[in-house]
Amino acid sequence: MIFLIDFTPIKPDFGLIFWTTVIFLIFWLMIGKFAFRPIASALKKRESDIQGSLDEAKRVRQEMANLKAENEALLVQAREERAQILKEAKDAGNKLVEEAKIKAKDEAQKIVASAKEQIENQKMAAITDLKNQVGAFSISIAEKVIRRELSGNKEQEAFVNDLVKEIKLN
Amino acid sequence: MPTFAPLFKKRAEMPQKIILMRRYFLSFICLLSLSVFAFSQEHQENPTGEGQQEVEHGCGEQAEHEFDPGATAFHHIADQNIYSIGPWNFPLPCFLYAPGHGWSVFSSGKFHADAHGNGHVAVDGYVLVEGMVNRIEDASFPMGEVEVGHHPYFQKVKNAEGVEKDIAHICYNSHLYTTRERSTADGGLFGGGVTNFYDFSLTKNVTSMIIIFALLSWMFLSVAKAYKQRDGMAPKGLQGFIEPIFLFIQDEVAKPFLGHKWEQYLPFLMALFFFILGLNLFGQIPFLGGSNVTGNLAVTMVLAIITFLVVNLSGNKHYWEHIFWMPGVPAWVKIILTPVEILGVFIKPMTLMLRLFANITAGHMVMVIFVGLIFVFSESGINAGAGYGTAVGSTLLTLFMMSIELLVAFIQAFVFTILTASYIGAATEEAHH
Repeated sequence: MIFLIDFTPIKPDFGLIFWTTVIFLIFWLMIGKFAFRPIASALKKRESDIQGSLDEAKRVRQEMANLKAENEALLVQAREERAQILKEAKDAGNKLVEEAKIKAKDEAQKIVASAKEQIENQKMAAITDLKNQVGAFSISIAEKVIRRELSGNKEQEAFVNDLVKEIKLN
Repeated sequence: MPTFAPLFKKRAEMPQKIILMRRYFLSFICLLSLSVFAFSQEHQENPTGEGQQEVEHGCGEQAEHEFDPGATAFHHIADQNIYSIGPWNFPLPCFLYAPGHGWSVFSSGKFHADAHGNGHVAVDGYVLVEGMVNRIEDASFPMGEVEVGHHPYFQKVKNAEGVEKDIAHICYNSHLYTTRERSTADGGLFGGGVTNFYDFSLTKNVTSMIIIFALLSWMFLSVAKAYKQRDGMAPKGLQGFIEPIFLFIQDEVAKPFLGHKWEQYLPFLMALFFFILGLNLFGQIPFLGGSNVTGNLAVTMVLAIITFLVVNLSGNKHYWEHIFWMPGVPAWVKIILTPVEILGVFIKPMTLMLRLFANITAGHMVMVIFVGLIFVFSESGINAGAGYGTAVGSTLLTLFMMSIELLVAFIQAFVFTILTASYIGAATEEAHH
């Protein structure tokens, strides 16, 4: 090492060793405690804050997407339901119409039947009435005829009786 | 005014960035050229000053020495007891201890140093030689403040190993006194060793360290305050400047190497990185003395020793097992491996120490030598033309080197930190087999 004989920086002198030790240790311990650690923890906190915000944003976005999907599903469902309801309504309407038709038909038939019946009844009544009246007329006619001719004519009497026999109801 | 309007308009059309860059570049070149000028003035006095000394004092032979760029570079990167910026010498407090004499505390202004850092007053047997405090060996030299010659005399003296060394001598009362440099901790390995005194002064390097310590403390404490006050807000100003660097060390150095223990060691790694980076950069600011702090072995040694302690004190069972009795290899391999591993424990911090020291010192030396080239080619002021010619080339080369050194400042701070992190990571790693 003789070639370095006047090279003072390589000769570590005690004063510089002492002061470097003191200054570096103070720097390490003091600034480490009051600056490096607080800065590191602040950075760590901020990092986790940012990460948290990002996660939150991601979660919200996911939620939004879910919500949208849900909405869409709901919409589809609603649409289906509407179609269903419409179809049902239509069916019900059809059915109602059908039923009404049947009912109307029945009613009509019933009405017709009852009308027929009534007509029959009326007819019968009329016929009866007519019969009665005709009978009455006949009787009165006969009475008149009889009054006039019956007294002396047995053949005529027999004829009237035949006539009466011939009159048949309906 | 109307005549100037088109000119201003044209200028205003230029992108603001380019104007700013041009302005910075021009001012930088101006500053650099000024520094070369100041440096040259300092050295032009050289031959005449020394010549006068010889006449004034009769004792001792002062060899007429030419400009030696190597010696100048060594002088400029050395730690000093004065802080000299250009022609001004700022005195620094001296805390000196000599066995048998005790403590001497005074300002280095008492030495009355000249532009070369040579004092012409001796205080308590201490003299200032090229900015560094030396102590006169002879105990009979009077204590207190004594007027001595303006310049020390260098004489080649052979040491015990037969190596010649320039030793400063002081002339007083026509008697030549030998001086000795401060004690160093290299145990004579690099030509130092324990001498007749210890220097605990706030030297140029210590002062630079205190300045950087204060600056970094202010920066980080205000940034920490900003994080507290501006909680939940985006970083701003100094905070925004520090944050990417801080996060870089945290995410690229601490977390990958230390796993879940990164928080525990983060302050240490941050302190290492910013302390080294701050000092590296501080040494490169022109006109601030160019302190070669991280290029001083004492500083890198302390950092390496602290790293060594942190690594080995946090070493777990798994780490020590791998050093002393590597599992999974045959016994005869273990016998070879164990000494290698034990050596490795000490070599790792040693490489940290040397890498930082060598890189920063080399950078400072290259810079001084490029400037020194001017004086080599101008033959110390005799050949002015060559001097001016070289000045242009040297300035450009220095500019280029400075930009590289800027990169080196960051890289070395980063490398020191990342290697420390990897050593701590290896020491605290959990067994996984």
